[in-house]
Amino acid sequence: MSPAIAKKKDIPEQVWTKCPGCGETVFRKLVEERLMVCPECRYHHTISARRRIEILTDPGSFQERHADLAPTDPLNFKDLQPYADRLKKYQHMTGMKDAAICGSARIDGQEVILCVMESGFLMASMGSVVGEKVTRSIEDAIELRVPVIVVCASGGARIQEGVVSLMQMAKTSAALAKLDDAKGLYIAVLTNPTMAGVMAAFASLGDIIIAEPKALIGFTGPRVIKETIRAELPAGFQTAEFLLEHGFIDRVTPRAEMKREISRLIGYCGPGAYGRRRAAARGTEK
Amino acid sequence: MDRFTLPFEEPIREVEHQMEQVRANAELKGPEREKALKELEAQRLDLIGRIFSALTPWDRVRVARHPSRPTSAEYLGIVFDEFIDVHGDRRFGEDKAIMSGFARLNGEPVVFLGQQKGRTTKEKLACNFGMPHPEGYRKALRVMRLAEKFGLPVVTFIDTMGAYPGIGSEERGVAEAIAVNLLEMSRLRTPLISVVIGEGGSGGALGLGTGDRLLILEYAYYSVISPEGCAAILWRSGDEAPRAAEALKLTAKDLVGLGIMDGIIPEPAGGAHNDPESMGQTLKRVLCQHLAELKQTPLDRLLEQRYEKYRRIGYFLEGRVERSPVIAKAEQSAAAERRRQRREKPVEEPKAAVEAKPAT
Repeated sequence: MSPAIAKKKDIPEQVWTKCPGCGETVFRKLVEERLMVCPECRYHHTISARRRIEILTDPGSFQERHADLAPTDPLNFKDLQPYADRLKKYQHMTGMKDAAICGSARIDGQEVILCVMESGFLMASMGSVVGEKVTRSIEDAIELRVPVIVVCASGGARIQEGVVSLMQMAKTSAALAKLDDAKGLYIAVLTNPTMAGVMAAFASLGDIIIAEPKALIGFTGPRVIKETIRAELPAGFQTAEFLLEHGFIDRVTPRAEMKREISRLIGYCGPGAYGRRRAAARGTEK
Repeated sequence: MDRFTLPFEEPIREVEHQMEQVRANAELKGPEREKALKELEAQRLDLIGRIFSALTPWDRVRVARHPSRPTSAEYLGIVFDEFIDVHGDRRFGEDKAIMSGFARLNGEPVVFLGQQKGRTTKEKLACNFGMPHPEGYRKALRVMRLAEKFGLPVVTFIDTMGAYPGIGSEERGVAEAIAVNLLEMSRLRTPLISVVIGEGGSGGALGLGTGDRLLILEYAYYSVISPEGCAAILWRSGDEAPRAAEALKLTAKDLVGLGIMDGIIPEPAGGAHNDPESMGQTLKRVLCQHLAELKQTPLDRLLEQRYEKYRRIGYFLEGRVERSPVIAKAEQSAAAERRRQRREKPVEEPKAAVEAKPAT
């Protein structure tokens, strides 16, 4: 038993925390030091989009773009609670207007466009704002001729914006076709959970796709599949490791190594992106 | 009659039954019989008119799922002059939930892709009730690439509850298959028309339906999630599906209003299942018309327009400006106009007119 595990019960919340991965009570500070990864079982806790940006980029290099984008209620949607009220609630909880932040940043000195989804905001479901921010990030990357990185986390398309949400899948994918035509580099980072409409769009379309360990990744939610086929699902179904084994992602990378790995990948692909190597050889690059 | 009847169709069936009795009645003769039938037919049309104009969104979903509703395969024989089906994704297998092949539309060669639900139990099982697996989407892309290579327009018919939620589907990457189709369809260098003929079930429908034209039959629906699924998540009860159907704005009219669909194709009185032949003829006429328009558009321009079509979809606030579909459409045509002018007079490039509506 490691010293990180508490022996006593009735311990103050602030000092100790129970890991949802292994159920052990662990020293909170130690978890925080390890970027919210359990020192015992390597469970990757959910982190906020802001924290993710800190972890992935050079200190102070992130400059937010399109920060003004805010959601509306195109369907005038109301279930047990009006969508407008839900939006206000999550805006208050997260301090964000919607479920994504995007902007320019540097990773080990290399310029990138970064878009990060916030799972604390309506499960980072993709409505108009998320779709628009992802699309603009891709367009910004093409314009600035830098790589684009999208850190995905999402329950899928946002139900409350109906088919408008669904069409964000088409919009973001079409923007990626433009990036591909321009020979831009796109790295998709999949975090827990990346599902449904987001997985069936930009999350699956990275030139390189990296996932965090044990992240839930898939199209249909496990509960729905279970109900449909009326059978137990295999162990480890729809985890990052499962997708790696079935050939749908490139790497499973722990949080602490993510920045370095992205940086190295940009080192290989970034200079050749947008045909810059050829341009440089001809001496036409600025 | 052993036809499946929805509760709100019953009064109509009753009149139809009376008409059959009149027809079967040997004692009724000539003008008398004609008169009775004419009256009943007027009564039937009046009933249909009243009932179908008052359908709720949930009723429409039920019409779209009607067991007698014509399937892709049934329209094929009416809409197209001939069909040579092709099979397989060249990767894993053949998925009968998506039909694919070469067809002639009024003599013109096209590539046809259609989600197929099947009619008999045997057919339904064979095509998995119209729920495609990854190989179906990959086959569709393979055949679309053939269309691009040989300069044939693509017509797709959408009719699915959604992509199949199963273990194999996930193992073989159904999400990736749909995503790749979305990306590739956005730059496929040939005209693409998609028609929702019944159910437009979320990503499973989208993976075959992001064309230059998005059309929908009058009683078809298109939704981000099934009303039942939506009700289970947001109302915590599948019984609230009718309310969910209403909230989701999934009817043809709503979708045109939201700026998603380009047009509604009217159905015969009482829905397509009452007269598949006339529905097929209407479909054929509308398809020919759109195809002729698309074929006249130069490919580069067509692709620009296709990109803009999806690029502008979204409702959000930015600063103090709310983008409405009307403004977006105005911006789109202004952008297209600027491009045209740029091509004609490379010097002149007027600044975009800023059209804004104050935030509400």
